[in-house]
Amino acid sequence: MLTKEQIAKRIAKEVEHGQYINLGIGIPTLVANYIPSHLDVVLQSENGLLGIGPFPKEADVDPDLINAGKQTISMLPGSAIFDSAQSFAMIRGGHVHLTILGAMEVSEHGDIANWKIPGKMVKGMGGAMDLVASAKHIIVAMQHCSKDGQSKLLPTCSLPLTGIRCVKKIVTDLAVLEIDPEGGFVLLERAPGITVEEIKAKTAGKLIVKGEIPEMTFD
Amino acid sequence: MILKTVKNAEEAVADISNGAMLMMGGFGLSGIPENCIAALLKKEVRDLTIVSNNAGVDDFGIGLFLQKRMVKKMISSYVGENDEFERQLLSGELEVELVPQGTLAERIRAGGAGIPAFFTPAGVGTEVAVGKEIREFNGKLYLMETALTADFALVKAWKGDTAGNLIFKGTARNFNPMMATAGKITIAEVEELVPLGSLDPNAIHTPGIYVQRIFQGEKYEKRIEQRTVTP
Repeated sequence: MLTKEQIAKRIAKEVEHGQYINLGIGIPTLVANYIPSHLDVVLQSENGLLGIGPFPKEADVDPDLINAGKQTISMLPGSAIFDSAQSFAMIRGGHVHLTILGAMEVSEHGDIANWKIPGKMVKGMGGAMDLVASAKHIIVAMQHCSKDGQSKLLPTCSLPLTGIRCVKKIVTDLAVLEIDPEGGFVLLERAPGITVEEIKAKTAGKLIVKGEIPEMTFD
Repeated sequence: MILKTVKNAEEAVADISNGAMLMMGGFGLSGIPENCIAALLKKEVRDLTIVSNNAGVDDFGIGLFLQKRMVKKMISSYVGENDEFERQLLSGELEVELVPQGTLAERIRAGGAGIPAFFTPAGVGTEVAVGKEIREFNGKLYLMETALTADFALVKAWKGDTAGNLIFKGTARNFNPMMATAGKITIAEVEELVPLGSLDPNAIHTPGIYVQRIFQGEKYEKRIEQRTVTP
């Protein structure tokens, strides 16, 4: 099983040179730590910044400079700051190439639920609905099963949806999967030491297994 | 020039009364109008409808309004940092309209710009779409959202001049510029109020036409929610 850091590390391999990328809160934020330095990419923060840099040194902490997770950050040379309408104009307008976000559930058709558990948890959707409705490429970072062992990869989502038919790829602690346009989770890679049978048993939605499934590699 | 200065926060919010609809700038606790919040707390106005991306934390920002039960309805996109908010919402004491963040920003922008409604893909196929007009453009589905305006917009800027021209700093800009355009009365509090001619006209983010009252705030706490540092 992959740790959160390993999930982030694996997702970082999906990043391409020249991309503008929005990272969600949680595991997606960690992806920034593993993007190879030879790739030039720009990280977008939906609260109004292109060019997120590393966490600041203690002496440079600025309350007027935070990311969407409300963490203090720094800016890289060449950064740009803008208001929230502008921020979502660039998101909806398709200028952000890649969105990486977390999920509570994903369906075999690429639907995603990540903002509400009726009667229990209401945090709000934040920018997630705008992001999933517009990004060209959406990768979900999540645990394969809930804490009580229930599969989070389902035929249809049971929780209120964030977006429909939008997720392209999923990286979990057990596997890398892709959504088949006809419906189904196409198994691409296994986490080290995890068998296809185990992934099959822990995927409630339709799992598509074609040929040998390689183990993930980390550089 | 038309001068917009008022003495302080108390004077600026003096005519905000029970049942008012307010917009309040800020993302998390960054860029919130701390002085206006304090003045409204002192007045204890009630039954407010507040448009704000977040609802503060339990003991700072709009969270303080919730503690005093001053809020009837919140229109927000993310309220996850506030336990009291979640409690009042789940128990039905507080009315809440959750709006996708980009839709919220655009509804406010539209309100200030005289655009009554627009179509967005955000929320299609979700409960956000319930009761809304859906239309297809170029093979993709969109839903109609309507503009937002408010009786008062309370914004916070870094620098402002006596004509109400504003400059924001860092990611404390966020919702403030749009909200400034969408208030029937916009109240700007600034860290530094400067005389006419001190600000570079090329650098103005919010032109003074949108601002009716401006004052220099004091004792900004600028509380940090997540202090993350590189050792």
